[in-house]
Amino acid sequence: MDIKMKIENLNFFYGELQALKDINIEIESKKITALIGPSGCGKSTFITSLNRMSDLIEGTKVEGKITLDGEDIHNSEVDVIELRKQVGMLFQKPNPFPKSIYDNVIYGPKRYGGKRKVELDEVVEKSLRGAALWDEVKDKLHQSALMLSGGQQQRLCIARCLAAQPEVLLMDEPTSALDPLSTLKIEELFDELKKNYTIIIVTHSMQQAARISDNTAFFLNGELIEFGKTTSLYMKPVNSLTEEYITGRFG
Amino acid sequence: MRTLHKSKNKYNLKESIIVKILYVFASISILTTIAIVVTLLEETIVFFREVSIIEFFTSTKWTPTLRPQNFGVLPLLTGTMMIAVGSCIVALPMGLGSAIYLSEYAPKNVRKTVKPILEILAGIPSIVYGFFALTFITPLLKTILPETQVFNAASASIAMGIMIIPMVASLSEDAMMAVPDSIRQAAYALGSTRQEVALKIVVPATLSSIGAAFVLAFSRAIGETMIVAIAAGQSPVFTLNPLDSIQTMTGFMVNISLGDIQQGTIEYKTVFAVAALLFAITFVMNMTAKAIVNRYKEEY
Repeated sequence: MDIKMKIENLNFFYGELQALKDINIEIESKKITALIGPSGCGKSTFITSLNRMSDLIEGTKVEGKITLDGEDIHNSEVDVIELRKQVGMLFQKPNPFPKSIYDNVIYGPKRYGGKRKVELDEVVEKSLRGAALWDEVKDKLHQSALMLSGGQQQRLCIARCLAAQPEVLLMDEPTSALDPLSTLKIEELFDELKKNYTIIIVTHSMQQAARISDNTAFFLNGELIEFGKTTSLYMKPVNSLTEEYITGRFG
Repeated sequence: MRTLHKSKNKYNLKESIIVKILYVFASISILTTIAIVVTLLEETIVFFREVSIIEFFTSTKWTPTLRPQNFGVLPLLTGTMMIAVGSCIVALPMGLGSAIYLSEYAPKNVRKTVKPILEILAGIPSIVYGFFALTFITPLLKTILPETQVFNAASASIAMGIMIIPMVASLSEDAMMAVPDSIRQAAYALGSTRQEVALKIVVPATLSSIGAAFVLAFSRAIGETMIVAIAAGQSPVFTLNPLDSIQTMTGFMVNISLGDIQQGTIEYKTVFAVAALLFAITFVMNMTAKAIVNRYKEEY
């Protein structure tokens, strides 16, 4: 088993409030790890601590160790910009920049060098293909990204992430604001994406987690209740709380 | 049912009276505007019966109160433009800079304190800025550039620039604050620094509001009177040297209004011709600002 990220004894505080309690998880490389649990269970907090987006919130405190390919991401030597380049993130609501489709995709590559037009054109096509959006937008690359539908915008955001050449993709309920058809399109993408990327996805939908993920972690009140292979977690949950949650008795 | 009907009618009557009163209030401002435009145009037309419109726009001599009379508005126009451009050179970078600082960098409590203070600047009467220019900025300029005249365009421009900073800052900051945080987060998640988020995401997204703020600030500078009347001078000279004493269109109008010019004379009518020109310029600028905002709507 190839481990991409390892989280050890992670505690997370918003001021006095402890949002995560002693979390230990190993994220398998090029697999999809789903995080499930009711609202406020800490799964979103957990995901934002993995690329240190949580640094942006005032008054937060992190204890414990998170490693990416063995390197501690809280090490003072670590450049948070480099970290976020390697650990891309997709948000709950599609958030394209108010720029053209083309400019959205090249935002990352332009930052990290590689500024030749031919190269950028290549990146744009490759990333949009990777996000299964190319055929729909190839004739309107220079139109505003805001003209796209919600589902298309979210796939554009995926393309924007891919263009930055990450290794890990964090997704915070990426389909919760989308209609079923758009959701299906994005779910279909996941099989393709996991060939090249390690994916960690927060989802509100247990069905979605069951459909797409290899491993599942169940969070409750800031604690990791159960973590294991998705099939076994759903078929034979060890913890009674997990069983109650996945059978719909609460949450 | 009958009682119901009656009371309904009573309310309807009351309602319709209120609507009519409100309508009158709303109309007053429109009627006033129309009246102003009509008066301006009437007197301006009379003026141009006596003075050639070509002379007005091409002659570089403006001596309507002296003999021989000259009616070339260019010195007033260059004076006005010099002040407007000068004040924008001061106000635009500083206003935009403060807006970026307040919306993208300042911690919450700093923003809460600084923004009201900035807005107080806008509430200071312009005559105060005029004396500030005359008694503080001009002496300062003089120590640096001894050839500075007592009344000069530069000092009035600087004071005016300071006065319109809050306008630029406030309008731009409002637009920047309207940029949803989700977009900033997307940029941070792609590894952007704060400065990149400000300059590559937020400023481009709000460019049309910033542009409109600039045009409005420019228009405000053109129409502002007190500062230039006090600090810029009363010499309608065709010059582009900001250290010279000049006169603006508004400055001229104040000058004539305060003098003992007889009603109905040609000197008196020049005020209306200049006012009409001023009105036309600011009107066009304000429409431009509106057009910019409408044309490039900021949507997220």
